[in-house]
Amino acid sequence: MKARFLKALATSAVLGLGATTAATSAECIAPANPGGGWDFTCRQIGKILFDIGQVDAPVQVTNMAGAGGGLAFSTVVNERNDDAELIVAASSATTTRLAQNAYGGATADQVRFVGAIGADPGVIVVAADSPLQNLGDMVEAIKADPGSVAFAGGSAVGGFDHMKPLQVLLAAGFTDITKVKYIGVDGGADAITQTVGGFTQAMTGDMSEIVGFLKSGEVRALAVLTEERVPGFEDIPTAREQGFDVVAVNWRGLYVPGGISDDAFNAWAAKLQAVADSDEWKQAMADNGLAPFTKVGGDFQNWIDGVIAQTQDLSRQLGVIQ
Amino acid sequence: MDILANLQLGFSIAFSPWTLMLAVVGCFIGTIVGALPGLGPSNGVAIMIPLTFSMGLDATASLVLLTAIYYGAMYGGRISSILLNIPGDEPALMTTLDGYPMAKAGRAGDALVISGVASFVGAFLATIGLMLLAPLLSRIAYQFGPAEYFALYVLAFSTLGGISSNNQAKAAIASCFGLMIAMIGLDPNSGMPRLTGGNLHLMDGVDFLVAIVGLFAVSEVFFFIESHGKSGALGITLGKVTIPWAEIWTTRWTMLRSSFLGFIAGVLPGAGASLGSFMTYMMEKGIAGEKGGFGTGVAKGVAAPEAGNNAAAGGALVPMLTLGVPGSGTTAVLLAVLMTLNITPGPTLFSDRPDVVWGLIASLLIANFVLLAMNVPMVKVFVRILQVPPALLMPAVTMISFVGIYSLTGSYFDLILVVAFGVLGYVLRKMDVPTVPVIMGILLGNQMEKQLRDAMVLSEGDWTYLFSSGISVGLIIAAVLGFLAPMFLRRYMTKPQAISD
Repeated sequence: MKARFLKALATSAVLGLGATTAATSAECIAPANPGGGWDFTCRQIGKILFDIGQVDAPVQVTNMAGAGGGLAFSTVVNERNDDAELIVAASSATTTRLAQNAYGGATADQVRFVGAIGADPGVIVVAADSPLQNLGDMVEAIKADPGSVAFAGGSAVGGFDHMKPLQVLLAAGFTDITKVKYIGVDGGADAITQTVGGFTQAMTGDMSEIVGFLKSGEVRALAVLTEERVPGFEDIPTAREQGFDVVAVNWRGLYVPGGISDDAFNAWAAKLQAVADSDEWKQAMADNGLAPFTKVGGDFQNWIDGVIAQTQDLSRQLGVIQ
Repeated sequence: MDILANLQLGFSIAFSPWTLMLAVVGCFIGTIVGALPGLGPSNGVAIMIPLTFSMGLDATASLVLLTAIYYGAMYGGRISSILLNIPGDEPALMTTLDGYPMAKAGRAGDALVISGVASFVGAFLATIGLMLLAPLLSRIAYQFGPAEYFALYVLAFSTLGGISSNNQAKAAIASCFGLMIAMIGLDPNSGMPRLTGGNLHLMDGVDFLVAIVGLFAVSEVFFFIESHGKSGALGITLGKVTIPWAEIWTTRWTMLRSSFLGFIAGVLPGAGASLGSFMTYMMEKGIAGEKGGFGTGVAKGVAAPEAGNNAAAGGALVPMLTLGVPGSGTTAVLLAVLMTLNITPGPTLFSDRPDVVWGLIASLLIANFVLLAMNVPMVKVFVRILQVPPALLMPAVTMISFVGIYSLTGSYFDLILVVAFGVLGYVLRKMDVPTVPVIMGILLGNQMEKQLRDAMVLSEGDWTYLFSSGISVGLIIAAVLGFLAPMFLRRYMTKPQAISD
């Protein structure tokens, strides 16, 4: 009986920790389990908002995992549509899934995107001994034989990692993108393993995923998909300077419920801008391999609309959506 | 000796009173999390993450706490497997096969002690392996592409029939059930929802913990109700708990072999602890042969899977630390924690952050001894659970499982699924169809499909790609032999064994 009591006690302790609640004004929903990128967004932004005095009480973080963020999205739309004290962590994955109708019919205009205040730059890398020396070599090889370069990435087919090389190929005038081989594996490191092992010829992912392998010399980066070279990685050329006008970054930001007033929306935009300008956030970005990328308020919403339209167009060409 | 100097560094970090306390607390919480049917090691670790943030723990301290929970859960999973015939977590599945028959024969204490020692041996050897061979072993991962992984899964499934039931056809049907259930969720290649009926809750697929609780715990309750509480599977007389030294000694080679195989399964990112415990059980059953009496409650039958799954837990840390590739669900969670703590695991981690790596290894060694010390004397406490009248115990276990399941997603939908699985489990067991292959199907089906389809993408549909490397051919040959051998050996079998009662 004692053991059973202990078990029950421990369960309640464990469960209690999972659902720590405090009476606070603002809440941030991380649409995934603790530990991931969305969780990081909520915890860092929430902490800095309080530390720099933008909110009166610590921001409460709620983890709501499910359907790749779809569960949180539908909860916000259906149950908390006019909650002005709610913010939700988002990233490129959010807009990609919205564009591909992966949230069970939900659309991007049902919420309002407040802003992005950091980004993980997209990269395309090959094994150190690969014959491909630059992005041009890769494009030529694929033009000659589309099956000759298989890509591995951390997202599913049609996901953000898949789109990166396709955007480069489209920019180079290669349109037969369904012929390009791509396998989605379990995260960026796994994709590198497959590439170093020779099962795929290139890996597409985020800068933060490749840093360790770059240092150990097992992979070479062909290009980074940003506007400028990334501080700390100045020897990696951008796709742009190699003649392919593609920018693809995995941004980290927030959305808020669609039913809140313009004043409330603008207030969140101002608060987010304050976080972006803070030294604490600059430190957090440096610690986590994020590059500066700030778009806030109306600008961001316009940019998001453009990204979604582009993703939908690509997804249609790929056949992942009708 | 670099290793000794490094280990000294590690122990100098891990031996602070604060870290030691975290290790002990972690082991205790982990054991309980593992023993509770609704919570597995990955959930246990995930639930504790916010705590490490709010306590402001540094990288080493967080890792010590979380890996202690991880190892603890691997130990704890066996407890409910043996005592209740309900696996506490997915790798403990195989332990039910011999553990529960042992408990029914009044040898619950022996089973717990033997499996505890086996867990220790497996985890200890794996930690040594991690220490000595990690940078070297990480290369193995480069040898395994989709075709090789697919062959590995084929091997696992092909021997399933011979292993878990006397009736291969029924075991095959059961695995197909599992595979069918594994189809639900996002299509692994296109990311499109499949068989979800538009239900967002089904998009992530069916969690195997939901299936385990339903098939094992809830269906047990149905049987209990049907027999008006007289099924009395649990009304067991308790012998005095002694340490069965002689029996432990007879399992020494089993433990060593299983630790080795389990460790290798753990090192392969696509395999993991469940496959580790599964393959070790099959291997030992094969070695012991018909006289071994596997499935009837023998010491080797609990020693093999426990040494295997604990060794796999240690092995899974190898690709996680050296490549940043998680070898199991739990290491995926640990990986996420490392990233949040601004440590990027990868080829340079061992040279960049020796304090983290060796602190972790030292604390794993400590956690292991703590767990052995904690688990063997506590066997008496655990065994007392069996003295609780079933009429109280069964509902209590079910309720705790429900709470555990609910805490994972916070949705009532999973609870409905649990009950549905309970009905399925009741029907299957009524028809004498084993439920273990169903779970294995759910557990391994996704990965097997994913690897096959990736292989087909890479080879543009050329099936000979599946046999294009020595590793995959070897695994496939082993699979064919494993499938055919029981059919020919059947006629020599004297006493058929039933898997479930």
